[in-house]
Amino acid sequence: MNDAWVTVLRRDLLLALRRRSDVATTLFFFLIVSSLFPLGIGPEPAVLSSIAPGVLWVAALLAGMLSLTRLFATDFADGTLEQMLLAPQPLALLVTAKILAHWIVCGLPVVLLAPIIGLQYALPNDALVVLVLALLLGTPALSLIGAIGAALTLGVRGSGLLIALLVLPLYIPVLIFGAGAVAASQHGMGAQAHLSLLAAFSLLSLVLAPMATAAALRISVE
Amino acid sequence: MNINWFKYSSPQTFYPLAGKMIPWFAWLTAAFAVAGLYIGFAIAPTDFQQGEAYRIIFVHVPAAWMSMVIYIVMAGWAALGLAWNARLSAMMAQALAPTGAIFTFIALVTGSLWGKPMWGTWWVWDARLTSELILLFLYLGFIALQSSIDDVRRADRAGALLALVGVVNVPIIYFSVKWWNTLHQGSTISMGAAPKMVTTMLIGMLLMALAFWMYTIAVALMRVRCIMLERERTAEWVKQLSNFQE
Amino acid sequence: MMQWASWAAFFNMGGYAFYVWFSFGLTAFCLIWEVLALRKRSAQALRLSRLLAQG
Repeated sequence: MNDAWVTVLRRDLLLALRRRSDVATTLFFFLIVSSLFPLGIGPEPAVLSSIAPGVLWVAALLAGMLSLTRLFATDFADGTLEQMLLAPQPLALLVTAKILAHWIVCGLPVVLLAPIIGLQYALPNDALVVLVLALLLGTPALSLIGAIGAALTLGVRGSGLLIALLVLPLYIPVLIFGAGAVAASQHGMGAQAHLSLLAAFSLLSLVLAPMATAAALRISVE
Repeated sequence: MNINWFKYSSPQTFYPLAGKMIPWFAWLTAAFAVAGLYIGFAIAPTDFQQGEAYRIIFVHVPAAWMSMVIYIVMAGWAALGLAWNARLSAMMAQALAPTGAIFTFIALVTGSLWGKPMWGTWWVWDARLTSELILLFLYLGFIALQSSIDDVRRADRAGALLALVGVVNVPIIYFSVKWWNTLHQGSTISMGAAPKMVTTMLIGMLLMALAFWMYTIAVALMRVRCIMLERERTAEWVKQLSNFQE
Repeated sequence: MMQWASWAAFFNMGGYAFYVWFSFGLTAFCLIWEVLALRKRSAQALRLSRLLAQG
């Protein structure tokens, strides 16, 4: 059982490594979107630091969402997905391997780049720490929920935009608590409550989302 | 009395049954609406604080209630459709969605129209209105997903799964939005600050809610008949029906 | 209509005429539109079926 899981993970990471564009585009999108807001609103540090939590989280949401269409599409095209469906291992388990790979490739870089963007938004140091923690705790949920959307829209025309419409409302709790955590630390209040809720939400997603994704894959493929 | 429910699970037998039920629900809608509007306008007194504008609640609140009830019922039909692989259940879910979206839209617009004279702004980011807005997105997502998948069976089941994922998330989303709203308590404006409820007001709202409910059933039956006609258009019973029209 | 001094007062809604009547009017409009759209959809479906049967 473990062998298959590790194989799926390694294969996805290898493929992503070869197509380095995935990591790069996600990062660049995050960077560009974050740069748009100061250009639109003005460079005053006070204003920027007050909008920073929301803006950075929305940019992270959108950046992570871009790569969702490819999560299952390439495997569907070359027949690997069918193999996974026929494999003796539970599909939900194999799906977690793919989602983990997606998070490593598209979620983790955003977590690592975020403090630098945070500096551009004049965030104080402890807020930066909370930002990284919050993203670390919250981005897995984004990948997990996003996978459901990717599985439901597999092979559908215009799936990129459709995924956004389906998945963004479901992202809202993560956004609220994620941005709320950073804002709380900016105002000198503890962010523990927010961070715990984020962790809880990610854990809940970890339990439920792979099953929903597996069900969605069976619906889309059969 | 032993009703053979499964007899009605095929489109061919459900179509005429639904057709017979529609006029009943239409009349019930009219009756409740007349009663509700009469109470709302002729009996319910002027509100001490909000004047006559509060009367908007006689459509705003029932519409909001319906928007939430319909989503839950829709998810229920979706679950049945997935569990029993029943086509008709999936069609009922599909039939309810547009009506749910329309009530959500009505709730949002009437909420805005109520807010403007009362609190001076066309929109307030309070927990209830914001949750209604997100509910609208959930409805639109459901409708968009179903209409973008060509294979009917896949569309049914994908939509059903989405509805179930949505219904699980709705309490979580509502809770998050409430939290968010209490955190950013910049304004004390809230749609929850309804006028002090006199019994007549409550009765009026309930009657209007019943009217909307009867309406929803009637319209969902109408829509499910359309869906059946479209899906089964090459079937013999549909051809015979079409010969009777015009 | 026990509490309205006159029809004019009723329509005026204490100055809130626009908001109240627009709300009720929009609601009625949406619901009626929905029914009419469904009637049209039904007629189209039947017409298509007839065309398919003939063709």
